[in-house]
Amino acid sequence: FQVGLLVSVKRFFLFLFEIRVKPDKSGVVTDGVKHSMNPFCEIAVEEAVKLKEKKLIKEVVAVSCGPQQAQETIRTALAMGADRGIHVQVAGKDYENLGPLQVSKIMAALAKKEEAQLVILGKQAIDDDCNQTGQMTAALLDWPQGTFASEVSFEGDKLKVVREIDGGLETITINTPAVVTADLRLNTPRYATLPNIMKAKKKKIAIMKPEDLGVDITSRVEVLRVDEPPQREAGVKVETVQDLVGKLKDSGLV
Amino acid sequence: MANPIRGEVIKLYKNLLYIGREYPQGSSYFRDRLKSAFMKNKDVTDPEQIRKLVARGEFVIKELEALYFLRKYRTMKKRYYEPDD
Repeated sequence: FQVGLLVSVKRFFLFLFEIRVKPDKSGVVTDGVKHSMNPFCEIAVEEAVKLKEKKLIKEVVAVSCGPQQAQETIRTALAMGADRGIHVQVAGKDYENLGPLQVSKIMAALAKKEEAQLVILGKQAIDDDCNQTGQMTAALLDWPQGTFASEVSFEGDKLKVVREIDGGLETITINTPAVVTADLRLNTPRYATLPNIMKAKKKKIAIMKPEDLGVDITSRVEVLRVDEPPQREAGVKVETVQDLVGKLKDSGLV
Repeated sequence: MANPIRGEVIKLYKNLLYIGREYPQGSSYFRDRLKSAFMKNKDVTDPEQIRKLVARGEFVIKELEALYFLRKYRTMKKRYYEPDD
């Protein structure tokens, strides 16, 4: 059973970095910040490469939408084992307004164009935490979806997905073609070591624009303001239980 | 020094330098210690000995990969999931 697979990767600040809001509250400070692949996207790429190593799929194509720097993220995916990359160029203001709806339209168009049988994404990105792109892509393609996957396997030509849900784990079987989004415990992503990065330099990255895919990326959402979470107020110590009750009553909590 | 071994040692040094960029205590801290560790053994000539040292270096690479993975996994787990009971 030989299938082609698309994996979507997104680039954001290194996960360790502490985010600071810009003084004019229009967004976050981006100057001089180290970027890397979204952790959940790394897990998605690892799963794609694993499926290829098990010879269950024939080709892994890594896709990223964004400015020139998106190619760094694609190169990381290629170093992890993807076969080729597609960079959909979106820059400047368009990129700032690029959201899950636009990306999923692009992914759906690419999935059709590449005749992919499987699209894998991270469950959410650590910058906007939308958790929407995978689901929207599946809806646009009218494909089944296995989201929050902590285990993926083939059963004949169907896909068995174990999903992490609030109550525990849910196992579903879905037809292919399908969309899967990766959760934290799906696998352990391999590190893109220097020799792998060198080898990946030979792999091709195709460049295209959203217009080439017939996708309109105008956003229906406008960011009005970005605020930091409220500072935690200092706690107050009390001497006796009576004091505690008194304070709770004063603040209207009791 | 035997030529093929020299190549291996230099490759190892470059790989370690690359992976050391994300070291928690800073890439320059890592680079200093990497350099002194390699310099300490610069007079070793026995190819068998050199191979053993290279193997130790590869082991360090594996340990760093594990370190980075755990750091990332634990941060993600803390940020996105409920604390275990």
